[in-house]
Amino acid sequence: MINLEFIINMISLGSLYAMLALGLVIIYGILRLVNFAYGELIMIGGYTMFLLAGFTPLPWLVVAVLAVLAAMFTSLFTELVAFRPVREKSLTAMLITSFAVSTLLQNAALLIISPRARAVTLPQIFQTSVMIAGTSVPWRNILTIFTSLVMLALLTLLLRRTVLGIALRAAADNFTMTRMLGVPANTVISAAFAISGIMAGIVSIFWIGRSATVTPTIGAPPLLVAFVATVIGGMRSLTGAVVGGFVYATIISLLGVLLPPDLLEFREAFMFAFVIIILLFRPQGLISGKTSEERVG
Amino acid sequence: MNLIARLKPLNTPLTLVAGVLVVALLAQLAGISLITRIITVMFVSLMLVLGLQLYMGNSGILNFAHIGFMGIGAYTSVLFSMTPEAKVLTNSDLYPFLVPLHLPFLPSLLIGGLVAAVLAAVISYPLMRLSDAAAVITTFAVLVMIHVVLLHWDRVTNGPRTLFGVDNYTTLWTSVVFAVITTFAVYLFKESRIGLRLRASRDDRYAAASIGINMVMMRWLAFMASAFIAGVGGGLWAHFITSFTPYSFYLTETFVILVMLVIGGPYSVSGAVVGTLIVTAAREVLRAIENYVNILQVFPEGFFGFTEVVLAIVLILILVYRPTGIMGSHELRWIQKQPKVKENEALKNSGKV
Repeated sequence: MINLEFIINMISLGSLYAMLALGLVIIYGILRLVNFAYGELIMIGGYTMFLLAGFTPLPWLVVAVLAVLAAMFTSLFTELVAFRPVREKSLTAMLITSFAVSTLLQNAALLIISPRARAVTLPQIFQTSVMIAGTSVPWRNILTIFTSLVMLALLTLLLRRTVLGIALRAAADNFTMTRMLGVPANTVISAAFAISGIMAGIVSIFWIGRSATVTPTIGAPPLLVAFVATVIGGMRSLTGAVVGGFVYATIISLLGVLLPPDLLEFREAFMFAFVIIILLFRPQGLISGKTSEERVG
Repeated sequence: MNLIARLKPLNTPLTLVAGVLVVALLAQLAGISLITRIITVMFVSLMLVLGLQLYMGNSGILNFAHIGFMGIGAYTSVLFSMTPEAKVLTNSDLYPFLVPLHLPFLPSLLIGGLVAAVLAAVISYPLMRLSDAAAVITTFAVLVMIHVVLLHWDRVTNGPRTLFGVDNYTTLWTSVVFAVITTFAVYLFKESRIGLRLRASRDDRYAAASIGINMVMMRWLAFMASAFIAGVGGGLWAHFITSFTPYSFYLTETFVILVMLVIGGPYSVSGAVVGTLIVTAAREVLRAIENYVNILQVFPEGFFGFTEVVLAIVLILILVYRPTGIMGSHELRWIQKQPKVKENEALKNSGKV
């Protein structure tokens, strides 16, 4: 059962989850906000593809780019109107706000488009496979791996080589200190939300590429995946998010093969039990951030 | 005089209960079955919101798992209250040892609450050490776990299929009685030593620890009490609705009770009551609008989600402009006797003194 096909699929799933987790962690690192509305960005990307691919003659690559942009602008917009005003208040207020934004976006899609699933037109490449070493591998999976490698490289360049990237990393380490050194808080936070939106948009292409449909509630499963992956990897570290994504994909794929069928349905419950155990015994995750929260001096 | 003096510590719950009774009486007098239904569900929601307030308000930690314990209470109480024939009819796969169980309504409800409380005690004991984001993610994880189990444990819950054939035991006045008891219980908990210690630890965890408050233990007790109330509330709800699925106990419902508590004010018992009343009224008006537009068939795909969109916007506005809710940390009271002060003020203002 564990053959080349299984491994390639697992790596592809892992890279998808790594991007997913990155988008969540980049905001958490700076604001301590677990963004419940993150899944809805994927839904926005999906509906953008549905509308543009179905009703306009735009080439597919343009549609994909516009979907990513739509997710990015939604992310920025939610930050501006919802999260910025409650930022200075309590953590609980911010969490409830993100829950409210999630419900708002979900029901807005219900209201504006339809409660029913919508078929998204995808290019041929999402349905075809290629033979590698005697096993058939869907092109989609290869594209996922390739895209995530590119995104990881770009993000690393941004974080290591640009002023904005250094500010982002400094803010994740110690936001107050970073602000005192003259880095404008709003810019850094907006940048984090933009990156988060881009990640969600890219994930939406591949997530929806698997089912070729989009519904108002499509954001819930990827959000749950991102939660688990970030907790496993470490909520304070971007490397941790990537590691967490791959670890999650490995565990879930192995559980899929190893668990007996009647327990398979409870796979998600096992994953969340695992989350609780990690938070109890290794709250910093597999890879801990440089500065721990409670450290003084 | 003596009686009034003795009732003074119960000023707030008596005021709240008076309000609850007035609403119940009005519903009774109106005698319209639709209104009776709405008000009954409102009192069950009130119980759930009060239960949520008990933990969230006193400990300051957001709890997403509350509705999960409501689900546990609902399914457990139903397993006890239904006749064996009805159980087999709705779920032929039920474990054989569960079939013959049959108890009256009230014991079934209490068992539902107890099972929820015991499960909460076991699951939450290690979690009470966590604060901030970790605490919230773990309660969210608990909600997902409960949901997955309810959804897939076919031999107990009938899986994702509807569980039907539950007897309708919950009337308007049953729900009123439970809402009244819960109001007193939650208020007394808040004012009790445990409640006071928990609130102290909420406001400053280090100061509280320094005077010997065992924060983890206090949180644990509150979490259990909160789950018990949720479990009983779930049982009440189940015996009113009479058919439901595990999807009745998930994020949509969580959003509703969170909206009620946060709009009313999570830090006071009055906030829970006020929030439940206001949000129920608002929801019913919005639903009526939604239904009316659907009947008119303005939109080919139907007009769904309008209620939630408006409530979510109101919730965000409340969090931005009044993050402690309508009530803040105040409790409703009878008008205090302060005529003299007022007179003096009036005199001062008029410039005669």
